[in-house]
Amino acid sequence: MKHLISVRDLTKDSAVALLDSAQQLSQVNQRTVKSLPALRGKTVVNLFYENSTRTRISFEIAAKRLSADVINFDAQASSTSKGESLKDTAQTLEALGAAAIIVRHPMSGAAHALANRGWVSASIINAGDGRHEHPTQALLDALTIRQLKFSGSDLTGVKVLIVGDLEHSRVARSNILLLSLLGAAVSVAGPAELVPEGIAAMGAKVYKSFDEALAEQPDVVMMLRVQLERMQKNEAFTTRDYIKNWSLDQTRLAQLGKETVIMHPGPMNRGLEISNQAANDPRSAVLRQVENGLAVRMAVLHRVLSGEVTN
Amino acid sequence: MIILKNLTLSDGSIQDIRIDAGQIVEIGRIADSGTDCTDLIGLAGFVDPHTHLREPGFEASETVLSGSKAAAAGGYTAICAMANTEPVADNSTVIERVYDLGIEAGLCFVQPIGAVTKGLKGLELANIQDMSRSRAKVAMFSDDGMCVHDENLMRQALLEVKKFGGVVAQHAQEPSLTIGAQMNQGAVATELGLTGWPAIAEEQIIARDAQLAEETGSRLHICHLTTGGGVEVVRWAKAKGIQITAEVTPHHLLLTEDLVRTYDPVYKVNPPLRTTDDNRALLAGLVDGTIDMLGTDHAPHSGEKKDCEWENAAFGMIGLESAASILHQVLIQSGAGDWTLFENIISKRPSKLTGLNNHGSIKVGAQANITLFNPHERIGVAEMNQSKSSNNPYLGLEFIGRVQHTIYQGQFTMIDQSVRDQK
Repeated sequence: MKHLISVRDLTKDSAVALLDSAQQLSQVNQRTVKSLPALRGKTVVNLFYENSTRTRISFEIAAKRLSADVINFDAQASSTSKGESLKDTAQTLEALGAAAIIVRHPMSGAAHALANRGWVSASIINAGDGRHEHPTQALLDALTIRQLKFSGSDLTGVKVLIVGDLEHSRVARSNILLLSLLGAAVSVAGPAELVPEGIAAMGAKVYKSFDEALAEQPDVVMMLRVQLERMQKNEAFTTRDYIKNWSLDQTRLAQLGKETVIMHPGPMNRGLEISNQAANDPRSAVLRQVENGLAVRMAVLHRVLSGEVTN
Repeated sequence: MIILKNLTLSDGSIQDIRIDAGQIVEIGRIADSGTDCTDLIGLAGFVDPHTHLREPGFEASETVLSGSKAAAAGGYTAICAMANTEPVADNSTVIERVYDLGIEAGLCFVQPIGAVTKGLKGLELANIQDMSRSRAKVAMFSDDGMCVHDENLMRQALLEVKKFGGVVAQHAQEPSLTIGAQMNQGAVATELGLTGWPAIAEEQIIARDAQLAEETGSRLHICHLTTGGGVEVVRWAKAKGIQITAEVTPHHLLLTEDLVRTYDPVYKVNPPLRTTDDNRALLAGLVDGTIDMLGTDHAPHSGEKKDCEWENAAFGMIGLESAASILHQVLIQSGAGDWTLFENIISKRPSKLTGLNNHGSIKVGAQANITLFNPHERIGVAEMNQSKSSNNPYLGLEFIGRVQHTIYQGQFTMIDQSVRDQK
């Protein structure tokens, strides 16, 4: 595997292998000396065109634990503001020795372009492109679900419900594709104006109401962040209505099963899509997701840069 | 003098043609020897109602000369140049400049199209009468690239062209429904995370403009129809007797939105590639006469406009050189239509639309504008390269059937697939 751009690049077997590898690497993270020499001498660049503290730091720590040299390239503060193209920036980074470029970009398809247009030969890892995909987020979510809900290698039979702003969510898109690839039964629910046309074709059952979807007793409820900066342009959106219909509030929290897992990709809007009680609930896996993010990103970096699965 | 021997006309008859002093002087069996055209189809020279030459303003992408070469290579003897140059062709000075550059290139007739509104801004009408009276005798007006979306302005434009029997060619795209649109709206756009361009944005403008054409009694042409719903609206308008014509591009007949999955901007075009169902509906419309003609929407762009992220890339693809091969595949090879229909679609009807009376027929006494098409020879698309730009979505594909010779004003502009230099 040279790049990781989309969940569509993975087969069920290769996805399971990545989860297995991440599971093993997560043990490294429990040790006193938390590093492996696997990527010594290799340079990894975080090329971020959008602000993202947690994803960038997660990739940075993951690369460092594998002994790679890490450079953070904050595109807003660089010559891109003078109009340098993505192609030229990437070629410059490669000329400086980057073996892998981890890219986050506001435009859908930017990572795909870096990997496929012949601009650079470095490995490309998609850390989120527009509304398209965020594959390492889906992998860390899959690992979390597997740890908590299933003893097997895949997710056959696990019922996952994804709730909220599906229209703008790359996390939702990658999760629908990956979790269904792994055998989970994925359903989604969200306000009509935020459910994009044809999303069912990606492999998700669509519910028109959160309560109706909850009545199906999902094993996992994944809440999406309300992208408030986008909602302000949406005249139909009011916080009050959103909380009433789409928040994991106390009433809905009480309806969840004892073993139901609550997930959120972060950062959370407490009191909006997720109540304070739900965020603090023992069934919440939010911090486990963050920990698993580190392991998954180590596995992905190792996979694309060494060309093999750790074992 | 040119003598063409043994060519097959669109009616199936086998003839020889004698051309002298730029005119067809004899059709029949001619004893003298000449260029052997056995197995070639002889068609009235192709006419493109919708070409973007990039001169003046964007000469790195295309010039009138390079676009004329591409036209000759594609079998075209006349092309209509859209107004979105820099400066915009919204006045007689720019119009006559483009017209003269076409004559200077001498490889096909270049008919400038006038802008409907000043600077294509959609705010006030350009001086349409003045352009119609220019040396270029402009009969067709279009803001193509932009939609004339203001109803009153569109109505005024229709009334204005009616005074001299002209036509307004509309780029049907309601702007408020397509803000930031990147590709066809639907499941593929959803998965790719790209903003959708809904079919309704095209269909409602066609319906509105058809009603305006009816009310004003003027002529309306719809550029690059892309949706099955759009075909239905045009069919309805024609049934009502409204003076409406429509064109379809080769790419909307052949390609689909699935190509956007590559995020390769070579497939980024406006209006966007749609679905297989739309391809079928467009072909059916072409066969039953709802859609009158092929328009290439040849839209050259220099490399950097396409070698970037999808959302930053320019809209448009080139198409003059491959248009006839594609029409051959979708119409003739599929069995959907015959050579008479082919000739109507690619020559007769577009010449009538734009008042190009020297084009559109092969008959004694007419100017000799003839294209000879070889329906048997394979063509790899890499061989087509007269345009200055390479934003060609067909690269690597192979078609059966290609233009062999092009004759414009009684002279070969392309002979044996080799384009002549500027005269």
